Amino acid sequence: MQNHYKEEEKLEPSFIYEAKEHTLIIHLPREFDHHNCRNLKYETDLLMAENYISGIIFDFTQTRFMDSSGIGILLNRYKEIHAGGGKVSFYGACPQVMRVLKIAGIPALMKEYDCKEAAIFG
Amino acid sequence: MKVKKREFMSMKMDSLSENEEFARVVAAVFASRMDPTIEEIDDIKTAVSEAVTNAVIHGYQEKEGIITLEAAVEDRLLTIIVQDDGIGMADVEKAMEPMYTSRPGERSGMGFSFMEAFMDQVEVVSAPGKGTTVTMRKKIGR
Repeated sequence: MQNHYKEEEKLEPSFIYEAKEHTLIIHLPREFDHHNCRNLKYETDLLMAENYISGIIFDFTQTRFMDSSGIGILLNRYKEIHAGGGKVSFYGACPQVMRVLKIAGIPALMKEYDCKEAAIFG
Repeated sequence: MKVKKREFMSMKMDSLSENEEFARVVAAVFASRMDPTIEEIDDIKTAVSEAVTNAVIHGYQEKEGIITLEAAVEDRLLTIIVQDDGIGMADVEKAMEPMYTSRPGERSGMGFSFMEAFMDQVEVVSAPGKGTTVTMRKKIGR
């Protein structure tokens, strides 16, 4: 029974969204690649259309791998929020994720925080 | 020091986004015999992921197809080949320009730049209707 539960847990959607006032926190999946990115655009578009969202915080604490597909998602969310005068930040990046973020120039666009609380507090 | 014999692997897989992770993990496990650092393993995984993602999205336009992954080790040199029989590209140089993408919107256009950043050498052979072959080389252990 316990194993069965674990199997089901694996099938849960990998992105989990959380809202703190007008800030959207996106808990990114373990493998943040093209395969796992496919629904993110659609889901965030829907969330941003239905709610007033002035900022996004990306949570990388579960993420062990990211490639340029992940960067594409980050940059597009950044453009949308930045155009509306909002802020985008992130926390929890492991060394692989951090190297990819740096090569793509992300730290110049989004502030890095140590933890979720610090990111929310800004 | 004894000269090690060349070692090789070859694998064919369906062009599916699920296989992006599969391919990069296979390449990383194959390369592990070279005793790479964690950073080198990450480099290999990222580069392979980029090449296979390109084959899935651009080569086969997210439709059916077969992608071949080959890897070889000779002394300290790792060679990885990702090959597809998809639509190919007329202008490889343009495709390799940083930030260029045939699909503006969700794609960053950084795929080839990432391969070049994480591997020592990247060669791309492609022509319209003839598929694409990406050959990447990296020295492991410096």
